[in-house]
Amino acid sequence: MGNKLLKVDIQKKLKEFDLKIDFELKKGCLGILGPSGGGKSMTLKSIAGIVDPDSGVVSLTTDKETIYYDSNKKINLKPQDRKVGYLFQNYALFPNMTVEENVACGLSKDDDKSIVSDMIKRFHLEGLEKRYPRQLSGGQQQRVALARIIAYGPDVILLDEPFSAMDTVLREKLRIELINLLDNFEGLSILVTHDRDEAFQFCDELLVLDKGEIIAKGTTHEIFENPRNVQVAKLTGLKNISKIEMIDDYHLKALDWDVEFEVAKKISPNITHIGIRAHDFHPSRKDDVNVVGTLNASKLERPFEWEITLANGIWWKVDKQIYEHEFDIPNYLKVDPKNIVLLEEN
Amino acid sequence: MMDWTPIGISMKTASLSILITFFLGLIVAWIIVKIKNDTIKIVLDGIFTLPIVLPPTVVGFFLLYIFGVRGPIGRFLIEYFSVKIAFSWSATVIAAVVMSFPLMYRSARGAYEQVDSNLLDAGRTLGMSEWKIFWKILFANALPGIISGGILAYARGLGEFGATAMLAGNIAGETRTLPMAVYSEVAAGNMMDASNYVIFIVIIAFIAIFIMDYVTIRKEKQWK
Repeated sequence: MGNKLLKVDIQKKLKEFDLKIDFELKKGCLGILGPSGGGKSMTLKSIAGIVDPDSGVVSLTTDKETIYYDSNKKINLKPQDRKVGYLFQNYALFPNMTVEENVACGLSKDDDKSIVSDMIKRFHLEGLEKRYPRQLSGGQQQRVALARIIAYGPDVILLDEPFSAMDTVLREKLRIELINLLDNFEGLSILVTHDRDEAFQFCDELLVLDKGEIIAKGTTHEIFENPRNVQVAKLTGLKNISKIEMIDDYHLKALDWDVEFEVAKKISPNITHIGIRAHDFHPSRKDDVNVVGTLNASKLERPFEWEITLANGIWWKVDKQIYEHEFDIPNYLKVDPKNIVLLEEN
Repeated sequence: MMDWTPIGISMKTASLSILITFFLGLIVAWIIVKIKNDTIKIVLDGIFTLPIVLPPTVVGFFLLYIFGVRGPIGRFLIEYFSVKIAFSWSATVIAAVVMSFPLMYRSARGAYEQVDSNLLDAGRTLGMSEWKIFWKILFANALPGIISGGILAYARGLGEFGATAMLAGNIAGETRTLPMAVYSEVAAGNMMDASNYVIFIVIIAFIAIFIMDYVTIRKEKQWK
Protein backbone atom coordinates (compact mmCIF):
# COMPACT_ATOMS: atom_id res chain seq x y z
CA MET A 1 0.00 0.00 0.00
CA GLY A 2 2.69 2.46 0.94
CA ASN A 3 2.60 6.13 1.62
CA LYS A 4 0.39 8.58 -0.14
CA LEU A 5 0.90 12.30 -0.56
CA LEU A 6 -1.60 14.81 -1.84
CA LYS A 7 -0.24 18.19 -2.82
CA VAL A 8 -2.60 21.05 -3.49
CA ASP A 9 -1.56 24.58 -4.45
CA ILE A 10 -4.30 26.39 -6.34
CA GLN A 11 -5.62 29.84 -7.03
CA LYS A 12 -9.03 30.79 -8.35
CA LYS A 13 -10.80 34.09 -8.73
CA LEU A 14 -14.31 33.87 -7.26
CA LYS A 15 -17.10 36.40 -7.16
CA GLU A 16 -16.45 37.87 -3.74
CA PHE A 17 -12.82 37.01 -3.06
CA ASP A 18 -9.82 35.17 -4.44
CA LEU A 19 -9.25 31.57 -3.42
CA LYS A 20 -5.66 30.78 -2.56
CA ILE A 21 -4.98 27.36 -1.01
CA ASP A 22 -1.72 25.59 -0.38
CA PHE A 23 -1.34 22.39 1.65
CA GLU A 24 -0.03 18.84 1.75
CA LEU A 25 -1.76 15.78 3.16
CA LYS A 26 0.24 12.70 4.10
CA LYS A 27 -2.14 10.58 6.11
CA GLY A 28 -5.49 10.41 7.81
CA CYS A 29 -8.25 12.95 7.59
CA LEU A 30 -7.73 16.63 7.00
CA GLY A 31 -10.49 18.97 8.00
CA ILE A 32 -11.25 22.22 6.26
CA LEU A 33 -13.22 24.39 8.65
CA GLY A 34 -14.74 27.69 7.72
CA PRO A 35 -17.92 29.71 7.39
CA SER A 36 -20.30 28.98 4.53
CA GLY A 37 -19.23 30.34 1.21
CA GLY A 38 -15.59 30.58 2.16
CA GLY A 39 -14.31 28.55 -0.76
CA LYS A 40 -14.32 25.11 0.88
CA SER A 41 -16.46 23.30 -1.70
CA MET A 42 -14.61 24.97 -4.53
CA THR A 43 -11.36 23.56 -3.14
CA LEU A 44 -12.76 20.03 -3.06
CA LYS A 45 -14.19 20.34 -6.55
CA SER A 46 -10.83 21.53 -7.86
CA ILE A 47 -9.11 18.50 -6.35
CA ALA A 48 -11.71 16.17 -7.88
CA GLY A 49 -11.46 17.90 -11.22
CA ILE A 50 -15.12 18.83 -11.57
CA VAL A 51 -14.12 22.48 -11.47
CA ASP A 52 -10.94 24.04 -12.86
CA PRO A 53 -8.87 26.47 -10.83
CA ASP A 54 -7.27 29.45 -12.59
CA SER A 55 -3.74 28.30 -11.83
CA GLY A 56 -1.72 25.99 -9.65
CA VAL A 57 -0.84 22.36 -9.14
CA VAL A 58 -2.68 19.34 -7.77
CA SER A 59 -0.84 16.05 -7.54
CA LEU A 60 -1.20 12.69 -5.86
CA THR A 61 1.76 10.43 -5.11
CA THR A 62 1.18 6.75 -4.46
CA ASP A 63 4.18 4.79 -5.78
CA LYS A 64 4.91 7.60 -8.20
CA GLU A 65 3.68 11.12 -8.56
CA THR A 66 0.65 11.63 -10.76
CA ILE A 67 -0.02 15.23 -11.73
CA TYR A 68 -3.75 15.85 -11.75
CA TYR A 69 -3.53 19.51 -12.62
CA ASP A 70 -0.71 21.83 -13.55
CA SER A 71 -1.56 25.14 -15.15
CA ASN A 72 2.00 25.75 -16.33
CA LYS A 73 2.44 22.35 -17.99
CA LYS A 74 -1.15 22.54 -19.25
CA ILE A 75 -2.09 19.28 -17.56
CA ASN A 76 -5.68 18.84 -16.46
CA LEU A 77 -6.87 15.29 -15.93
CA LYS A 78 -10.58 14.65 -16.23
CA PRO A 79 -12.30 13.55 -13.04
CA GLN A 80 -12.64 10.10 -14.60
CA ASP A 81 -8.86 9.79 -14.68
CA ARG A 82 -8.33 10.83 -11.08
CA LYS A 83 -8.66 8.36 -8.25
CA VAL A 84 -10.64 10.81 -6.16
CA GLY A 85 -14.01 9.91 -4.62
CA TYR A 86 -16.47 12.66 -3.79
CA LEU A 87 -19.31 12.44 -1.28
CA PHE A 88 -21.83 15.14 -2.14
CA GLN A 89 -23.92 16.79 0.52
CA ASN A 90 -27.11 15.27 -0.88
CA TYR A 91 -25.30 12.00 -1.74
CA ALA A 92 -26.17 12.27 -5.46
CA LEU A 93 -27.50 8.72 -5.66
CA PHE A 94 -28.90 8.00 -9.12
CA PRO A 95 -32.68 7.90 -8.65
CA ASN A 96 -33.24 5.75 -11.72
CA MET A 97 -31.00 2.93 -10.49
CA THR A 98 -31.32 0.37 -7.71
CA VAL A 99 -28.91 0.20 -4.79
CA GLU A 100 -26.97 -2.56 -6.54
CA GLU A 101 -26.79 -0.64 -9.78
CA ASN A 102 -25.66 2.50 -7.97
CA VAL A 103 -22.87 0.66 -6.19
CA ALA A 104 -21.81 -0.98 -9.45
CA CYS A 105 -21.37 2.37 -11.18
CA GLY A 106 -17.88 2.79 -9.83
CA LEU A 107 -16.69 -0.47 -11.38
CA SER A 108 -14.86 -0.57 -14.68
CA LYS A 109 -15.27 -3.35 -17.22
CA ASP A 110 -12.30 -5.30 -15.87
CA ASP A 111 -13.34 -5.14 -12.24
CA ASP A 112 -14.58 -8.20 -10.44
CA LYS A 113 -18.36 -8.08 -10.16
CA SER A 114 -18.19 -9.65 -6.71
CA ILE A 115 -16.99 -6.27 -5.42
CA VAL A 116 -20.62 -5.19 -5.43
CA SER A 117 -21.73 -7.98 -3.09
CA ASP A 118 -18.68 -7.33 -0.90
CA MET A 119 -19.71 -3.71 -0.57
CA ILE A 120 -23.32 -4.65 0.15
CA LYS A 121 -22.15 -6.81 3.03
CA ARG A 122 -19.58 -4.37 4.31
CA PHE A 123 -22.03 -1.49 4.45
CA HIS A 124 -24.91 -3.55 5.85
CA LEU A 125 -27.13 -3.14 2.82
CA GLU A 126 -28.30 -6.76 2.59
CA GLY A 127 -31.93 -6.96 1.53
CA LEU A 128 -31.86 -3.50 -0.01
CA GLU A 129 -30.14 -4.40 -3.27
CA LYS A 130 -33.21 -3.96 -5.46
CA ARG A 131 -34.57 -0.86 -3.74
CA TYR A 132 -34.46 2.61 -5.22
CA PRO A 133 -32.87 5.55 -3.39
CA ARG A 134 -36.23 7.17 -2.64
CA GLN A 135 -37.20 4.04 -0.72
CA LEU A 136 -34.22 4.27 1.62
CA SER A 137 -33.76 6.06 4.94
CA GLY A 138 -31.15 8.81 5.31
CA GLY A 139 -28.69 6.45 6.94
CA GLN A 140 -29.12 3.82 4.26
CA GLN A 141 -28.63 6.42 1.57
CA GLN A 142 -25.34 7.51 3.09
CA ARG A 143 -24.16 3.92 3.25
CA VAL A 144 -25.03 3.38 -0.42
CA ALA A 145 -23.21 6.57 -1.39
CA LEU A 146 -20.11 5.47 0.52
CA ALA A 147 -20.28 1.91 -0.80
CA ARG A 148 -20.43 3.32 -4.31
CA ILE A 149 -17.34 5.43 -3.70
CA ILE A 150 -15.32 2.66 -1.99
CA ALA A 151 -16.22 0.26 -4.81
CA TYR A 152 -14.46 2.66 -7.15
CA GLY A 153 -11.29 2.22 -5.10
CA PRO A 154 -10.17 5.82 -4.75
CA ASP A 155 -6.90 6.97 -3.18
CA VAL A 156 -8.55 10.08 -1.76
CA ILE A 157 -12.09 10.64 -0.51
CA LEU A 158 -13.55 14.12 -0.34
CA LEU A 159 -16.52 14.75 1.93
CA ASP A 160 -18.50 17.90 1.30
CA GLU A 161 -20.35 18.91 4.48
CA PRO A 162 -21.87 15.45 4.82
CA PHE A 163 -24.11 16.26 7.76
CA SER A 164 -25.25 19.78 7.08
CA ALA A 165 -28.75 19.05 5.93
CA MET A 166 -29.69 16.66 8.70
CA ASP A 167 -31.51 16.61 12.01
CA THR A 168 -29.45 16.09 15.17
CA VAL A 169 -30.42 12.49 15.87
CA LEU A 170 -29.57 11.23 12.40
CA ARG A 171 -26.42 13.29 12.40
CA GLU A 172 -25.09 11.67 15.58
CA LYS A 173 -25.77 8.19 14.24
CA LEU A 174 -24.22 8.76 10.85
CA ARG A 175 -21.17 10.48 12.29
CA ILE A 176 -20.24 7.34 14.17
CA GLU A 177 -20.65 5.23 11.02
CA LEU A 178 -18.53 7.60 9.00
CA ILE A 179 -15.79 7.72 11.62
CA ASN A 180 -15.61 3.93 11.53
CA LEU A 181 -15.35 3.97 7.79
CA LEU A 182 -12.59 6.56 7.73
CA ASP A 183 -10.63 4.71 10.39
CA ASN A 184 -10.60 1.65 8.15
CA PHE A 185 -9.89 3.55 4.98
CA GLU A 186 -6.31 3.27 3.82
CA GLY A 187 -6.28 6.35 1.66
CA LEU A 188 -6.40 10.04 2.42
CA SER A 189 -9.56 11.95 3.18
CA ILE A 190 -10.62 15.55 3.42
CA LEU A 191 -13.74 16.65 5.29
CA VAL A 192 -15.17 20.06 4.68
CA THR A 193 -17.47 21.55 7.31
CA HIS A 194 -18.62 24.72 9.02
CA ASP A 195 -19.37 22.75 12.20
CA ARG A 196 -16.54 22.85 14.70
CA ASP A 197 -17.69 19.72 16.53
CA GLU A 198 -17.43 17.75 13.33
CA ALA A 199 -13.98 19.14 12.59
CA PHE A 200 -12.87 18.26 16.10
CA GLN A 201 -14.32 14.76 15.98
CA PHE A 202 -13.09 13.65 12.58
CA CYS A 203 -9.89 15.40 11.79
CA ASP A 204 -6.38 15.01 13.08
CA GLU A 205 -5.26 18.05 11.16
CA LEU A 206 -7.12 21.17 10.28
CA LEU A 207 -7.12 24.03 7.82
CA VAL A 208 -9.19 27.03 8.71
CA LEU A 209 -10.43 28.77 5.59
CA ASP A 210 -12.01 32.18 5.49
CA LYS A 211 -12.70 34.29 2.40
CA GLY A 212 -10.56 32.02 0.31
CA GLU A 213 -7.47 32.16 2.49
CA ILE A 214 -5.98 29.73 4.97
CA ILE A 215 -5.92 31.55 8.29
CA ALA A 216 -4.76 28.60 10.39
CA LYS A 217 -3.03 25.30 9.67
CA GLY A 218 -2.01 22.62 12.16
CA THR A 219 -3.24 19.79 14.34
CA THR A 220 -6.81 20.09 15.51
CA HIS A 221 -5.83 20.23 19.16
CA GLU A 222 -3.28 22.94 18.54
CA ILE A 223 -5.76 25.12 16.70
CA PHE A 224 -8.54 24.74 19.23
CA GLU A 225 -6.30 25.29 22.23
CA ASN A 226 -4.35 28.14 20.77
CA PRO A 227 -6.26 29.91 18.00
CA ARG A 228 -3.94 32.95 17.75
CA ASN A 229 -6.26 34.81 15.36
CA VAL A 230 -9.65 36.42 16.04
CA GLN A 231 -11.47 34.78 13.14
CA VAL A 232 -10.05 31.35 13.96
CA ALA A 233 -11.01 31.84 17.59
CA LYS A 234 -14.60 32.58 16.58
CA LEU A 235 -14.76 29.50 14.38
CA THR A 236 -13.50 27.28 17.18
CA GLY A 237 -16.36 28.47 19.36
CA LEU A 238 -14.69 31.17 21.42
CA LYS A 239 -17.54 33.53 22.21
CA ASN A 240 -15.98 36.10 24.49
CA ILE A 241 -13.72 38.24 22.37
CA SER A 242 -12.76 41.84 23.10
CA LYS A 243 -10.49 44.51 21.71
CA ILE A 244 -7.74 45.38 24.13
CA GLU A 245 -5.43 48.15 25.17
CA MET A 246 -2.09 47.16 26.59
CA ILE A 247 -1.21 48.41 30.06
CA ASP A 248 2.11 46.63 30.54
CA ASP A 249 3.73 43.32 29.52
CA TYR A 250 1.27 41.22 31.51
CA HIS A 251 -1.70 43.50 31.99
CA LEU A 252 -4.29 44.78 29.59
CA LYS A 253 -7.74 46.35 29.49
CA ALA A 254 -10.56 44.68 27.63
CA LEU A 255 -12.23 47.65 25.94
CA ASP A 256 -15.51 45.99 25.00
CA TRP A 257 -16.16 44.94 28.63
CA ASP A 258 -14.33 47.70 30.50
CA VAL A 259 -12.40 45.21 32.63
CA GLU A 260 -8.68 44.92 33.34
CA PHE A 261 -7.01 41.54 33.17
CA GLU A 262 -3.71 39.95 34.09
CA VAL A 263 -2.43 37.44 31.55
CA ALA A 264 0.05 34.57 31.77
CA LYS A 265 1.95 35.12 28.51
CA LYS A 266 3.86 38.25 27.64
CA ILE A 267 1.78 40.56 25.46
CA SER A 268 3.54 41.14 22.15
CA PRO A 269 2.84 44.28 20.08
CA ASN A 270 0.74 42.49 17.45
CA ILE A 271 -1.87 41.42 19.99
CA THR A 272 -5.11 43.32 19.42
CA HIS A 273 -7.76 41.19 21.15
CA ILE A 274 -8.28 38.62 23.86
CA GLY A 275 -10.60 35.64 24.03
CA ILE A 276 -12.00 33.85 27.07
CA ARG A 277 -13.97 30.63 26.78
CA ALA A 278 -17.38 30.78 28.39
CA HIS A 279 -16.59 27.80 30.62
CA ASP A 280 -13.40 29.35 31.99
CA PHE A 281 -15.04 31.70 34.50
CA HIS A 282 -15.50 30.59 38.11
CA PRO A 283 -17.22 32.04 41.15
CA SER A 284 -14.83 34.14 43.24
CA ARG A 285 -14.42 36.65 46.04
CA LYS A 286 -14.40 40.35 45.38
CA ASP A 287 -10.65 40.66 45.84
CA ASP A 288 -9.01 38.17 43.51
CA VAL A 289 -7.12 38.28 40.23
CA ASN A 290 -9.18 39.00 37.10
CA VAL A 291 -12.49 39.57 38.86
CA VAL A 292 -15.64 40.54 37.01
CA GLY A 293 -18.84 41.79 38.67
CA THR A 294 -22.17 40.17 37.76
CA LEU A 295 -24.62 42.94 38.55
CA ASN A 296 -27.64 42.90 36.21
CA ALA A 297 -26.72 39.58 34.67
CA SER A 298 -29.44 37.50 33.00
CA LYS A 299 -29.61 33.73 32.98
CA LEU A 300 -31.02 31.28 30.48
CA GLU A 301 -31.73 27.65 31.33
CA ARG A 302 -30.63 25.04 28.84
CA PRO A 303 -31.14 21.27 29.33
CA PHE A 304 -27.54 20.63 30.47
CA GLU A 305 -26.11 24.03 31.16
CA TRP A 306 -26.87 27.49 32.43
CA GLU A 307 -26.08 30.31 30.11
CA ILE A 308 -25.42 33.58 31.89
CA THR A 309 -24.95 36.87 30.07
CA LEU A 310 -23.29 39.66 32.03
CA ALA A 311 -24.23 43.28 31.60
CA ASN A 312 -20.97 44.01 29.80
CA GLY A 313 -21.66 41.27 27.25
CA ILE A 314 -19.54 38.43 28.67
CA TRP A 315 -20.99 34.90 28.36
CA TRP A 316 -20.58 32.38 31.13
CA LYS A 317 -21.63 28.74 30.91
CA VAL A 318 -22.04 26.34 33.83
CA ASP A 319 -22.86 22.65 33.50
CA LYS A 320 -25.98 21.42 35.22
CA GLN A 321 -28.19 18.40 35.59
CA ILE A 322 -31.43 18.23 33.66
CA TYR A 323 -33.53 18.39 36.84
CA GLU A 324 -31.79 21.43 38.33
CA HIS A 325 -33.87 24.54 37.80
CA GLU A 326 -32.56 26.97 40.36
CA PHE A 327 -29.32 28.84 40.13
CA ASP A 328 -27.99 31.77 42.12
CA ILE A 329 -25.55 33.84 40.13
CA PRO A 330 -22.50 34.55 42.30
CA ASN A 331 -21.64 38.25 42.71
CA TYR A 332 -18.18 37.89 41.33
CA LEU A 333 -16.47 35.71 38.76
CA LYS A 334 -12.80 35.29 38.02
CA VAL A 335 -10.73 33.78 35.24
CA ASP A 336 -7.27 32.26 35.50
CA PRO A 337 -4.63 34.34 33.64
CA LYS A 338 -3.61 31.15 31.81
CA ASN A 339 -7.09 30.90 30.25
CA ILE A 340 -6.96 34.30 28.61
CA VAL A 341 -6.15 33.71 24.95
CA LEU A 342 -4.12 36.43 23.24
CA LEU A 343 -5.30 37.07 19.70
CA GLU A 344 -4.38 39.17 16.75
CA GLU A 345 -6.69 40.37 14.02
CA ASN A 346 -5.85 39.66 10.41
CA MET B 1 -63.66 8.82 -54.56
CA MET B 2 -61.67 9.69 -51.46
CA ASP B 3 -57.95 10.14 -51.91
CA TRP B 4 -56.16 8.28 -49.12
CA THR B 5 -52.63 9.21 -50.21
CA PRO B 6 -52.31 12.25 -47.90
CA ILE B 7 -52.59 9.92 -44.94
CA GLY B 8 -49.81 7.68 -46.22
CA ILE B 9 -47.59 10.63 -47.12
CA SER B 10 -48.11 12.31 -43.73
CA MET B 11 -47.43 9.10 -41.83
CA LYS B 12 -44.20 8.46 -43.73
CA THR B 13 -43.07 12.06 -43.40
CA ALA B 14 -43.92 12.34 -39.73
CA SER B 15 -42.24 9.03 -38.85
CA LEU B 16 -38.98 9.76 -40.61
CA SER B 17 -38.83 13.35 -39.41
CA ILE B 18 -39.44 12.49 -35.75
CA LEU B 19 -36.67 9.91 -35.93
CA ILE B 20 -34.25 12.54 -37.19
CA THR B 21 -35.51 15.36 -34.97
CA PHE B 22 -35.52 13.23 -31.82
CA PHE B 23 -31.85 12.26 -31.93
CA LEU B 24 -30.70 15.57 -33.37
CA GLY B 25 -32.54 17.43 -30.62
CA LEU B 26 -31.14 15.23 -27.84
CA ILE B 27 -27.58 15.57 -29.03
CA VAL B 28 -27.64 19.29 -29.84
CA ALA B 29 -29.27 20.06 -26.47
CA TRP B 30 -26.53 18.10 -24.68
CA ILE B 31 -23.84 19.99 -26.55
CA ILE B 32 -25.40 23.37 -25.75
CA VAL B 33 -25.82 22.49 -22.07
CA LYS B 34 -22.11 21.70 -21.81
CA ILE B 35 -20.95 24.97 -23.37
CA LYS B 36 -19.29 27.21 -20.80
CA ASN B 37 -19.10 30.44 -22.77
CA ASP B 38 -22.38 32.28 -22.16
CA THR B 39 -22.27 34.36 -25.33
CA ILE B 40 -21.79 31.40 -27.63
CA LYS B 41 -24.52 29.58 -25.75
CA ILE B 42 -27.04 32.39 -26.25
CA VAL B 43 -26.23 32.85 -29.92
CA LEU B 44 -26.51 29.16 -30.75
CA ASP B 45 -29.67 28.85 -28.71
CA GLY B 46 -31.15 31.71 -30.73
CA ILE B 47 -30.32 30.05 -34.03
CA PHE B 48 -31.83 26.74 -32.96
CA THR B 49 -35.00 28.38 -31.68
CA LEU B 50 -35.52 30.59 -34.72
CA PRO B 51 -37.76 28.28 -36.80
CA ILE B 52 -40.57 28.33 -34.25
CA VAL B 53 -40.41 32.08 -33.86
CA LEU B 54 -40.42 32.94 -37.54
CA PRO B 55 -43.57 32.52 -39.66
CA PRO B 56 -43.47 29.09 -41.32
CA THR B 57 -43.59 30.59 -44.79
CA VAL B 58 -40.53 32.66 -43.97
CA VAL B 59 -38.69 29.54 -42.87
CA GLY B 60 -39.91 27.94 -46.07
CA PHE B 61 -38.46 30.87 -48.00
CA PHE B 62 -35.03 30.24 -46.48
CA LEU B 63 -35.29 26.50 -47.10
CA LEU B 64 -36.12 27.14 -50.73
CA TYR B 65 -33.17 29.47 -50.96
CA ILE B 66 -30.82 26.77 -49.65
CA PHE B 67 -32.35 23.58 -51.06
CA GLY B 68 -33.93 24.97 -54.18
CA VAL B 69 -32.67 24.01 -57.61
CA ARG B 70 -30.40 27.04 -57.71
CA GLY B 71 -29.52 27.03 -53.97
CA PRO B 72 -26.12 25.98 -52.64
CA ILE B 73 -27.14 22.60 -51.23
CA GLY B 74 -29.88 21.94 -53.77
CA ARG B 75 -27.50 22.47 -56.68
CA PHE B 76 -24.82 20.28 -55.08
CA LEU B 77 -27.24 17.42 -54.59
CA ILE B 78 -28.51 17.61 -58.15
CA GLU B 79 -25.03 17.70 -59.66
CA TYR B 80 -23.44 14.92 -57.61
CA PHE B 81 -26.33 12.69 -56.60
CA SER B 82 -29.00 13.50 -59.16
CA VAL B 83 -31.31 14.20 -56.27
CA LYS B 84 -33.75 17.07 -56.48
CA ILE B 85 -35.06 18.25 -53.12
CA ALA B 86 -37.47 21.03 -53.96
CA PHE B 87 -41.00 19.90 -54.73
CA SER B 88 -40.28 16.28 -53.94
CA TRP B 89 -41.25 14.10 -50.98
CA SER B 90 -37.89 14.52 -49.25
CA ALA B 91 -38.72 18.22 -48.98
CA THR B 92 -41.69 17.40 -46.74
CA VAL B 93 -39.28 15.65 -44.38
CA ILE B 94 -36.79 18.52 -44.37
CA ALA B 95 -39.54 21.05 -43.73
CA ALA B 96 -40.99 18.93 -40.91
CA VAL B 97 -37.56 18.40 -39.30
CA VAL B 98 -36.60 22.07 -39.42
CA MET B 99 -39.94 23.22 -38.03
CA SER B 100 -40.14 20.64 -35.25
CA PHE B 101 -36.48 20.66 -34.22
CA PRO B 102 -36.73 23.73 -31.94
CA LEU B 103 -39.46 22.05 -29.90
CA MET B 104 -37.41 18.91 -29.39
CA TYR B 105 -34.26 20.90 -28.66
CA ARG B 106 -35.90 23.19 -26.11
CA SER B 107 -37.77 20.38 -24.38
CA ALA B 108 -34.64 18.27 -24.16
CA ARG B 109 -32.56 21.18 -22.93
CA GLY B 110 -35.16 22.09 -20.29
CA ALA B 111 -35.33 18.48 -19.17
CA TYR B 112 -31.54 18.23 -18.94
CA GLU B 113 -31.27 21.40 -16.87
CA GLN B 114 -33.74 20.02 -14.37
CA VAL B 115 -31.48 17.06 -13.63
CA ASP B 116 -29.30 17.76 -10.57
CA SER B 117 -25.83 18.54 -11.88
CA ASN B 118 -24.37 16.81 -8.83
CA LEU B 119 -25.57 13.54 -10.38
CA LEU B 120 -23.47 14.16 -13.47
CA ASP B 121 -20.44 15.18 -11.41
CA ALA B 122 -20.90 12.13 -9.20
CA GLY B 123 -20.78 9.97 -12.31
CA ARG B 124 -17.57 11.65 -13.38
CA THR B 125 -15.87 11.13 -10.03
CA LEU B 126 -16.83 7.45 -10.23
CA GLY B 127 -14.99 7.07 -13.50
CA MET B 128 -18.04 6.87 -15.78
CA SER B 129 -17.43 7.91 -19.40
CA GLU B 130 -19.27 10.97 -20.76
CA TRP B 131 -21.40 8.70 -22.98
CA LYS B 132 -22.41 6.52 -20.06
CA ILE B 133 -23.21 9.62 -18.04
CA PHE B 134 -25.34 10.97 -20.89
CA TRP B 135 -27.43 7.82 -21.38
CA LYS B 136 -27.61 6.34 -17.91
CA ILE B 137 -27.87 9.46 -15.83
CA LEU B 138 -28.90 12.48 -17.87
CA PHE B 139 -31.17 10.86 -20.45
CA ALA B 140 -32.68 8.37 -17.99
CA ASN B 141 -33.57 11.08 -15.49
CA ALA B 142 -34.74 13.59 -18.07
CA LEU B 143 -36.99 11.05 -19.75
CA PRO B 144 -40.43 12.53 -18.95
CA GLY B 145 -39.43 15.90 -20.40
CA ILE B 146 -37.75 14.27 -23.36
CA ILE B 147 -40.81 12.19 -24.18
CA SER B 148 -43.16 15.19 -24.00
CA GLY B 149 -40.73 17.03 -26.23
CA GLY B 150 -40.74 14.16 -28.66
CA ILE B 151 -44.48 14.02 -28.86
CA LEU B 152 -44.81 17.77 -29.31
CA ALA B 153 -42.19 17.63 -32.05
CA TYR B 154 -44.02 14.74 -33.70
CA ALA B 155 -47.28 16.66 -33.65
CA ARG B 156 -45.59 19.75 -35.03
CA GLY B 157 -44.03 17.75 -37.82
CA LEU B 158 -47.34 16.13 -38.65
CA GLY B 159 -49.11 19.48 -38.76
CA GLU B 160 -46.50 21.33 -40.79
CA PHE B 161 -48.01 23.48 -43.56
CA GLY B 162 -46.32 26.78 -44.35
CA ALA B 163 -42.72 25.69 -44.87
CA THR B 164 -43.85 22.46 -46.53
CA ALA B 165 -45.97 24.41 -49.01
CA MET B 166 -42.95 26.57 -49.91
CA LEU B 167 -40.33 23.85 -50.30
CA ALA B 168 -42.36 20.78 -51.23
CA GLY B 169 -45.32 22.29 -52.94
CA ASN B 170 -48.78 20.79 -52.84
CA ILE B 171 -48.41 18.00 -55.39
CA ALA B 172 -51.22 15.51 -55.05
CA GLY B 173 -50.01 11.99 -54.40
CA GLU B 174 -46.42 13.13 -53.83
CA THR B 175 -46.08 15.99 -51.39
CA ARG B 176 -49.70 16.70 -50.37
CA THR B 177 -49.62 15.99 -46.66
CA LEU B 178 -52.77 15.91 -44.52
CA PRO B 179 -52.71 19.59 -43.51
CA MET B 180 -52.33 20.59 -47.13
CA ALA B 181 -54.99 18.13 -48.24
CA VAL B 182 -57.43 19.79 -45.81
CA TYR B 183 -56.56 23.17 -47.28
CA SER B 184 -56.92 21.98 -50.87
CA GLU B 185 -60.27 20.27 -50.30
CA VAL B 186 -61.72 23.28 -48.53
CA ALA B 187 -60.42 25.55 -51.30
CA ALA B 188 -62.12 23.31 -53.83
CA GLY B 189 -65.35 23.29 -51.82
CA ASN B 190 -65.18 19.59 -50.77
CA MET B 191 -66.03 20.01 -47.09
CA MET B 192 -66.87 16.32 -46.69
CA ASP B 193 -63.50 15.10 -47.87
CA ALA B 194 -61.78 17.76 -45.84
CA SER B 195 -63.60 16.70 -42.70
CA ASN B 196 -62.46 13.07 -43.16
CA TYR B 197 -58.87 14.22 -43.06
CA VAL B 198 -59.64 16.46 -40.09
CA ILE B 199 -61.14 13.62 -38.07
CA PHE B 200 -58.06 11.51 -38.69
CA ILE B 201 -55.76 14.29 -37.56
CA VAL B 202 -57.80 15.00 -34.44
CA ILE B 203 -57.71 11.32 -33.43
CA ILE B 204 -53.94 11.20 -33.86
CA ALA B 205 -53.62 14.41 -31.83
CA PHE B 206 -55.65 13.01 -28.93
CA ILE B 207 -53.64 9.80 -28.91
CA ALA B 208 -50.43 11.82 -28.84
CA ILE B 209 -51.60 13.97 -25.91
CA PHE B 210 -52.79 10.93 -24.02
CA ILE B 211 -49.49 9.09 -24.41
CA MET B 212 -47.55 12.20 -23.43
CA ASP B 213 -49.50 12.83 -20.23
CA TYR B 214 -49.58 9.17 -19.26
CA VAL B 215 -45.87 8.62 -19.64
CA THR B 216 -44.97 11.91 -17.96
CA ILE B 217 -47.14 11.32 -14.92
CA ARG B 218 -46.07 7.71 -14.49
CA LYS B 219 -42.37 8.46 -14.73
CA GLU B 220 -42.61 11.41 -12.34
CA LYS B 221 -44.41 9.28 -9.77
CA GLN B 222 -41.85 6.54 -10.03
CA TRP B 223 -38.85 8.60 -9.17
CA LYS B 224 -40.11 11.34 -6.84
